Amino acid sequence: MTRGPSRVSTGGRVDRSRPVEFSLDGRSMRGFHGDTLASASLANGVTLIGRSFKYHRPRGFLSAGSEEPNGLFTLGEGGRREPNIPGTTTYIAEGLSARCQNGWPSVGLDFMSVNSCVAPLLAAGFYYKTFMGPTRGAWMFYEPFIRRAAGLGRGSYERDPDRYETRYAFTDVLVIGAGPAGLTAALTAGRAGARVILVEQDLLLGGSLLLEEATGPAEAWRQHIEMEIKSLPNVEIMRRTTAQGLYDDGTVVLVERREHLRPDPTKGEARQIVTTLRTRAIVFATGAIERPLVFANNDRPGVMLASAVRSYLNRFAVACGQRMVIVTNNDSAYSTGFDLARVGATVIIADLRREIDQSLTARTEALRIELVLGSAIVDVLGRKSVKSVIIAEAPRLSNASEHTRPAKGRKVDCDLVCMAGGWSPVVHLTSHGGIKPRYREDIAAFVPGGYARGQFGAGALGGSFGLGAAIREGIEAGRSAAASCGRNMPPNQLSVLAPNIEDAVAQERYRIEPIWHLPHRRRAKAFVDFQNDVTVKDLTIAHQEGYTSVEHLKRYTTLGMGTDQGKTSNINAFAIMASLRDVEIPATATTTFRPPFTPIAIGALAGRTLGRHFRPTRRSPLHDWHLNHGGEMIEAGLWMRAWWYRWAGSDVGSAYIEEMRLVRNSVGISDISTLGKIDVQGPDAAELLNRIYVNGFAKLLVSKARYGVMLTDDGAVLDDGTTTRLSEFRYFMTTTTAQTGEVMSWLEFLLQTAWMDLQVHVTSVTDEWAGMVISGPKARAALELALPGHDVSNATLPYMGCLEIDLDGVPLRLIRLSFSGELAYEVYTPADFGVRLWEHFLTRAAPLGIRPYGLEALASLRVEKGHVAGLELDHRNTLDDLGLGKMASKEKPFVGCELRKRPSLQSSDRWSLVGIECLESEKRLRGGSILFAAAESIEGHGRGYITSVTWSNELEKFVALGLYQGGLIHEGEQIVCAYPLKGEQVKARIVAPMFLDPTGERLRV
Amino acid sequence: MRPRYSALSLLRHAVAETPWPRAWRVPDPKPTYDVVIIGGGGHGLATAYYLAAHHGIKDIAVVERAYIGSGNLGRNTTLVRSNYVLDGNTQFFEYSMKLWEGLSHELNFNVMLSQRGQIVLAHGPSQMDVLARKGNIMRLNGIDAELLDRGEVIKLLPYLDHSGEARFPICGGLFQQRAGTVRHDAVAWGYARAADSLGVDVIENCEVNSFVIDGDRVRGVNTTRGRISAGRTAIAVAGHSSHLAAMAGLRLPIESHLLQAFVSEPIKPFLDHVISFGAELFYISQSDKGGLVFGGHIDGFNSYTQRGQFPKVQTVAECAVALIPSISRLRLLRHWAGIQDMTPDGSPFICRTPLRDLYLNGGWCYQGFKATPAVGWCFAHTIANDDEHPLSRCYSLDRFARGRELDDYGVGNWTYKQ
Amino acid sequence: MCPICGERDYTEFRYGGDATKPRPSRETADPKVWHDYVFLFDNPKGLHREYWQHVLGCRQWLVLERNTATNEPGESRLARMDVVTCEGEPK
Repeated sequence: MTRGPSRVSTGGRVDRSRPVEFSLDGRSMRGFHGDTLASASLANGVTLIGRSFKYHRPRGFLSAGSEEPNGLFTLGEGGRREPNIPGTTTYIAEGLSARCQNGWPSVGLDFMSVNSCVAPLLAAGFYYKTFMGPTRGAWMFYEPFIRRAAGLGRGSYERDPDRYETRYAFTDVLVIGAGPAGLTAALTAGRAGARVILVEQDLLLGGSLLLEEATGPAEAWRQHIEMEIKSLPNVEIMRRTTAQGLYDDGTVVLVERREHLRPDPTKGEARQIVTTLRTRAIVFATGAIERPLVFANNDRPGVMLASAVRSYLNRFAVACGQRMVIVTNNDSAYSTGFDLARVGATVIIADLRREIDQSLTARTEALRIELVLGSAIVDVLGRKSVKSVIIAEAPRLSNASEHTRPAKGRKVDCDLVCMAGGWSPVVHLTSHGGIKPRYREDIAAFVPGGYARGQFGAGALGGSFGLGAAIREGIEAGRSAAASCGRNMPPNQLSVLAPNIEDAVAQERYRIEPIWHLPHRRRAKAFVDFQNDVTVKDLTIAHQEGYTSVEHLKRYTTLGMGTDQGKTSNINAFAIMASLRDVEIPATATTTFRPPFTPIAIGALAGRTLGRHFRPTRRSPLHDWHLNHGGEMIEAGLWMRAWWYRWAGSDVGSAYIEEMRLVRNSVGISDISTLGKIDVQGPDAAELLNRIYVNGFAKLLVSKARYGVMLTDDGAVLDDGTTTRLSEFRYFMTTTTAQTGEVMSWLEFLLQTAWMDLQVHVTSVTDEWAGMVISGPKARAALELALPGHDVSNATLPYMGCLEIDLDGVPLRLIRLSFSGELAYEVYTPADFGVRLWEHFLTRAAPLGIRPYGLEALASLRVEKGHVAGLELDHRNTLDDLGLGKMASKEKPFVGCELRKRPSLQSSDRWSLVGIECLESEKRLRGGSILFAAAESIEGHGRGYITSVTWSNELEKFVALGLYQGGLIHEGEQIVCAYPLKGEQVKARIVAPMFLDPTGERLRV
Repeated sequence: MRPRYSALSLLRHAVAETPWPRAWRVPDPKPTYDVVIIGGGGHGLATAYYLAAHHGIKDIAVVERAYIGSGNLGRNTTLVRSNYVLDGNTQFFEYSMKLWEGLSHELNFNVMLSQRGQIVLAHGPSQMDVLARKGNIMRLNGIDAELLDRGEVIKLLPYLDHSGEARFPICGGLFQQRAGTVRHDAVAWGYARAADSLGVDVIENCEVNSFVIDGDRVRGVNTTRGRISAGRTAIAVAGHSSHLAAMAGLRLPIESHLLQAFVSEPIKPFLDHVISFGAELFYISQSDKGGLVFGGHIDGFNSYTQRGQFPKVQTVAECAVALIPSISRLRLLRHWAGIQDMTPDGSPFICRTPLRDLYLNGGWCYQGFKATPAVGWCFAHTIANDDEHPLSRCYSLDRFARGRELDDYGVGNWTYKQ
Repeated sequence: MCPICGERDYTEFRYGGDATKPRPSRETADPKVWHDYVFLFDNPKGLHREYWQHVLGCRQWLVLERNTATNEPGESRLARMDVVTCEGEPK
């Protein structure tokens, strides 16, 4: 007689007309369309499919669903390699390649299985007790070995070539789970007129109905109701879609997997889709998961959940064995026995209970099933597959402790063991929102502790395990959910939904005697968590050592921490711990359920927000011009800015010096479109500015600009910029590129929450205006060439003056300001005219040698001039620190004026702005250098640091800005700039932070 | 006397199958203690341990609302490092690092300090200067630091996105070899076991409802298990500091915010370092068990729910893929949130309070875990001597009134932007 | 929920801190008042009133009632209609 699993010739819901080739560990195999990797492997006689995490014990499939702890595979190659994928939820598709995991060289012959031999050493928490010596850092020696042994599959370092999408959706009613309860709920809510989304993680609808024979009244009803639902245009069915998490406000995250269509999606096709769903009502119909029983060697390949064996038979036409022993503490396993017996398997049922329902007894007799009441499996023999089991008398107490010696039993030859330890409702999602599950004695399981408003449950989730109950509750939940969205259904329409199948298949009753753990030999291993190799012995150790609270238990033993998140193991473990502690199960409490329900590809969560599109890219109106004219770009926050230009050199280091020379000696033009621009309008605009800036703005004349600094309430500098008065009630404010958003929000905050009496409106116009600065001694000449007929003389457009003109229909706003220290004009024009105007300046002023200069030169010119920017404006510094204390008005309160006076902020040894010039010609200054007084020892935090550095053509040396304790009190003193990262120390001198034109003559020419 | 943990004792127990004793006792609260520490997290337990081990105060109760380590200790991403730039922070966190380095031996409990090295990435020249300043400060304070250029980062971490596709190209980074990870739960267990063996009562499932206040003095606490009088009372309840302080009539510069953490499925060794993204707040490492552990910024509004928002999950996943494109196909196993005390400047408090005999440790923002040993060390000193420890003197409650904020990242005084 | 734009995703909004604290008047020169306003928080576990700005929408500042223990949002109003001034009078 053959042993092990094989395909049966008839039945099942696979499409025998569509064979599918796939490979497992390099072996080519054949399955049918509709097979999972698990069912197809079993159909090919494969039972050993993996090695366990710690002891590397041989393992086979336990389940047929997403709760699978053992049957994990690595799929795909190269960038598509994906570890730890359950074979039970992966559909085979042409070309699928799968490999078994955690075995070397193979799962059949795995060297790491030596771990099994030293198992007593590797009991729960062993690593906390050892690997500490001989020296303090000893763990670093042991860790690589531990790390290599741990983990399951192997990740890829290649870029994932596939595409993922994210989307948002809205609906009235979301129904989670398409078992009988979910199907009826969706149909009811749909008929009531609600917009319904029905999600099902499986490819087929039906849930537990799929365990039934593929021909029969249950199947007929399933097909009928599916057709009915499909006929409703307002119901959307999402298959292969898992409701992964319930978040605040009833938001549900759905993940749809599409890789069953083909393992490698074609170009543009999404492999997975993540949907953030907003729904008004939710029906949870998530069903229940069968629990294993805990006995010696219950992890051997061929020991499976009873319902899984039934699923493989009726859904996939795979008989998992020919000679089977079922061990059960409840009624539900009997149907597995009946169905297997019907296809010719030898079946023995060992029922832990001593009394069962008459009808069950009668049917076992009819099918010649041997029924042994009051008995248990106490051991499983066979290593890589089940050979036989020992059946012995079952313990009478549910809290049989570990060392109860098993009664003498009889050995039964078999190739399949079915475990039926009762059912655990899938309470994960209902718990995500914070409602703790509640324990029900009668069914020995946790059910939802309640439902939030607009949320309903139906079927096995609530502990109603019969099909009739599922249908009744499904209808009720569907109706309530629709009603909560204002869609009421006339009661008479309901009858359509209650067909007669109840009589046919729903005679099942569910009775359970919760016997959690069967006695076994001391040395044998009885597994509670299969994936993480947590045994009863480990639970006992955790108990002895005091790790008894559920979370300590999990964390100490790693129970429930695997890829299955303890779906089959947690309840058994909590029950065993409760009995060890001699308390009731509810007293141990259940663990916190966290999303996601099943693991989600990180790439799916990221969706299309990756690579270049990781964050939005903001481009100046002149962006393309820069690219086309030798501009090298650099990221500045979300903006891309022109960093330097190829005309000036071949790298940034040489180019910026050339560009600086251009500006100091003739004229250059630079793109400043990224500056924040705020249009401030209204009769109280002046008052607003006066309140927000530290310096006075009340008396600023029309057509005049003023530099201003604003603080936050705590007295730190928020931002600086210039504001120009365009007309009586209208101002044009500029902010630094980095702080634009903050400043805008801050102004809005003050106007909307504190200063509602001010009649003023602020509007961000950053993107509306292109900006450019024309800078250098020949700047006015350039303007004169470019703007013939317009008077830009010093008299008409003096320093800090503004002129609005029209250039052949193009409005221009000229503001004479300088960041570089040279004669300079900022020119703004509506963004669409930006390139035209820019090119106009370059063309007209070409005789003067005008050229573009980039951010690096811009930032360096201002260092020479001593203007503060980014690295000085870091929210830690006060007005005084930046040498701007004199700006603060004494005549008016302004934002931050009180807290800037806090004692330490006024202290004379604050680090404040200084200029630094390099005293060693062969060395350079570096940003981030730490400053020390000349003779002091170079350690600790020093007296300050360098914020910004530039080479100065004018001084022919490196100059820098920095913050130094006491600031300019130390002007003229020699200091040391230490840069230990490169082993450098450079002598330098504290000077005023203005390296050229201290009186500002160049600005005013 | 309880048996020491060692390879030998492990072997002996395995062979003889003798059960190990409880790691810590389950005492009922006594009516009075010299010191009551509220909060059985890493900070509270470490404080109890150092009080007992180094200050000769052994009559101590640590009262914990749930089970020990049930707060942020068991929810963080297990990183330890000492790369701080401001005077005060640098020394404090380096001291913590030194204590970590001897902790397994000190506690006779393997907390699995893995000094695998942390790299903070820079994505532009000005970020490089900020890191250079930090690295220079570290070196000048005897802390290891190396500044890596782009090429060196590529060599060390070739699997990061160094391609032209990267939105924020990596141009270098700051590396601290001694930084790394610690097995977080073990820290609670190790300190609890060690403190317990010195006579400290670790009392779980005991929630404080109010303080016993006598004038300007705190004389103990009322708990769900009755009144416990105390000579000195200490608060170490990250996330709920304001809640406890309110019971004593104090308002703190603290808001409670959610910080999420994430773990992937276990895989074979994939990342050998701790990596911090520079473009946004994102950090990742791999646990010894194989899970990739990562996290990002706080959710951005105050909350006590311990539940994160999904958009933040997506943001963090985006950072993960932006940093390590091949992570795309690995799968997120679980995500959770902790409640984090956020202070305006991002720095904590270890100090006396306006009430006598009441001490506060809180406001730890992102850095509570890595600070654990030094917190215990300094807070124990503060309680024992009714005076701040020199290492933590900067973490006072009145620093805002004085203008002595410690904003290590220059974010500004905003709890929710830190 | 934005009173102008209706029900919107929370990602469109930005948190702006405690709205129960009255902003001191501009003339207030007492540093302690400013210190308490800027640096101290009730930080209640339960009902709270706080500022949010609809940054990706109408840019209005709102005052939202929310339970910080459950994140359940309550009523939201335009801040300009809801502000507690230093005199404690809603404007």
